[in-house]
Amino acid sequence: MNFSFRFDPIELPPEAKGMRQEVRAFLRQEAEAGTFVPGDGKGSFSREFSRRVGARGWIGMTWPKKYGGHERSQLERYVVTEEMLAARAPTRAHSTADRQSGPVILRYGQEEIRQKILPQIARGELCFCIGLSEPNSGSDVFAASTRATKTDGGWLVNGRKIWTSGAHHADYMIALLRTSPKTKENHRHGLTQFLVDMKTPGITTRPIINLTGGHDFNEVVFDDAFLPDSHLIGEVDMAWKQATDELAYERSGPDRWIETFPALVELVRRAGEEPSERLAEGIGREVAHLATLRRMSLSVAGMLQAGKTPSVEAAVVKDLGTNFEQALPDKVRLLAPQTGDSQPDSNDDRFEGALRYATLIAPKLTIQGGTREVLRGIIARGLGLR
Amino acid sequence: MNDSTDNIIVDTATRIFQDLCEPATINDAEKGVWPKALWEALEESGLPLAWVPDNLGGAGATMADGFAVLRVAGRFAVPVPLAETLMAGWLLARAGISVPGGPMTVAPVHADGHIVVGNDGKLAGRARHVPFARNAGHLAALARRGGELVVALVAAADLPISQATSLAGEPNDDVSFEGALPTAVQPVSLDQEGLVGFGAAVRLQQMAGALEKILEQSVQHALDRTQFGRPIAKFQAVQHNLATLAGEVAAASAAADAAAEACSQPEIGLAEVAIAKVRGGEAAGTGAAIAHQVHGAMGFTYEHSLHHATRRLWAWREEFGNETMWAQRLGRMVAAHGADQLWSFITQGS
Repeated sequence: MNFSFRFDPIELPPEAKGMRQEVRAFLRQEAEAGTFVPGDGKGSFSREFSRRVGARGWIGMTWPKKYGGHERSQLERYVVTEEMLAARAPTRAHSTADRQSGPVILRYGQEEIRQKILPQIARGELCFCIGLSEPNSGSDVFAASTRATKTDGGWLVNGRKIWTSGAHHADYMIALLRTSPKTKENHRHGLTQFLVDMKTPGITTRPIINLTGGHDFNEVVFDDAFLPDSHLIGEVDMAWKQATDELAYERSGPDRWIETFPALVELVRRAGEEPSERLAEGIGREVAHLATLRRMSLSVAGMLQAGKTPSVEAAVVKDLGTNFEQALPDKVRLLAPQTGDSQPDSNDDRFEGALRYATLIAPKLTIQGGTREVLRGIIARGLGLR
Repeated sequence: MNDSTDNIIVDTATRIFQDLCEPATINDAEKGVWPKALWEALEESGLPLAWVPDNLGGAGATMADGFAVLRVAGRFAVPVPLAETLMAGWLLARAGISVPGGPMTVAPVHADGHIVVGNDGKLAGRARHVPFARNAGHLAALARRGGELVVALVAAADLPISQATSLAGEPNDDVSFEGALPTAVQPVSLDQEGLVGFGAAVRLQQMAGALEKILEQSVQHALDRTQFGRPIAKFQAVQHNLATLAGEVAAASAAADAAAEACSQPEIGLAEVAIAKVRGGEAAGTGAAIAHQVHGAMGFTYEHSLHHATRRLWAWREEFGNETMWAQRLGRMVAAHGADQLWSFITQGS
């Protein structure tokens, strides 16, 4: 038996290559208009920007046209995503819905909800967050205890979600809620996915400031919040069956290896045209990792396009990718030529800014969306070890 | 997961290796016993000249087929100059030289080689670390003749060879070309960096194969070996090490694919090769270390076959440019493009 995971080469179709040029031109325009500073880590949320991206047809690209989608390929979507991320475009207002929430609704949502919600997402009008973690349920996702209790015409929700990124901006949440106790046979049983309108009475969102001083995380408290029956997504108690393919989408994309890329860009700027041997080697090593990861990530997009569910391959990409992007800032820090008082460098601020941002966010990269330990467990299962 | 291939050439190679490349064959080869049956079966199948077109005496297979065979050869730690003969055939064919039968190898393997063809038509110069030189009937050498680059085909019998071995115990000889008269010389559009790049792509396939093999051996060993009352595969620390190994194997495999693609074009893509040899070389080091850790003392014995793959990984990552050499090369390319072009450098070609 061959235990190796396959990442077959992908040749991008001509339309995807054309798409790349279109996206680059659009991003140049946006940057010139002052929407964002390319390469800057901050300012990543802009509803106006997301609407313009939607108007270009770059949200919900792979979805059916009848739900506002564009029936494009996964590979075209991949190109758009990586160009946006590489430029550090402010995609936060639509990226979660485009990547995860929309596909879940498309696959498991009720028809009425699909027709109502998906076109709005595709137009860049809706921001989503994901309600998974709770105070006592982190990596152990299926330990969630926030309850949804059946009531007349819907469900009443009580409990607390935590570490919810972007909940303070979000119009909707896809929440994982407990509808039955777990069973002896299946500890994953009893959880159900719901669409939650964040304006529902009984929902309170409180900020949790992270170590960068920024506000991304939130605590979301539910106190008898009412969800109509139409907001039920998929089968009651059976969310665990729906989770697998969602993770393949979530875990293999460019966002899992590109987060600290601006620090590398600024190192290259600082290195100049004729870097020392040591600096050239250091840059070369990082670029080799990055380019190989991109190739693997693209290969997973190809598997998705072919209708496969590459969840283990996605875990491999995320494990390698997040380890790379997490280690990168420290490599950059130690490789950078030291400039003292005698050699002021006009790019100092840019370099310092990118490195500071990358260093501070590094710890979260191997935690969010499935910790390194969880991912390695998934890979080990894929190898037949557990 | 890949359990089968749909490729006749790969199937043929696999069958030959299964029948004639046992662990004992590999150990005997290290002692100096030429694996005659194995080589003859390979030669009969036409595999060593897969990259030579029919009209020059070869099998005329695709570049992709040749690279796929090399991956299987890496899995089996094949102790004959199959990779080297493939490379020599490719080099000779590129110069339009008809290819002789028998094992061959190439020189130089370093980018600063200095083999020359003089006005008298005779060769001069030396080449170090030439794999399997002592076993080769002929050498294909990339040489300089005046201002042009040429390929020279030379019979090994005419050359003084000073024997040495690689970390894997395979021939890795120093060859003197002084005064030798080549049997053919033809100009070629390929420089030494191109040849070294091509060699790197060849080694990367073998490395990917060897890494697949040690992953398979390590997973199997973890499932079979019981300690503290359960298979060591049940320990989380072991699981996480093996998951890391699987990631390195996957990365090396993707890198090897990229290098093979880049070397299947008329103009060899040195950036892709550089990326691949750096990443593949790192994977070889990290991967071999994990495989040994999982195997414990057993894997450190000569009796166990793990070293057939791991010692080759340590040798191959050093050949045709190691991680440092290629990383510096790549870093300079990136610097020449500049910071604002880094992203388009990474996405070029796609």
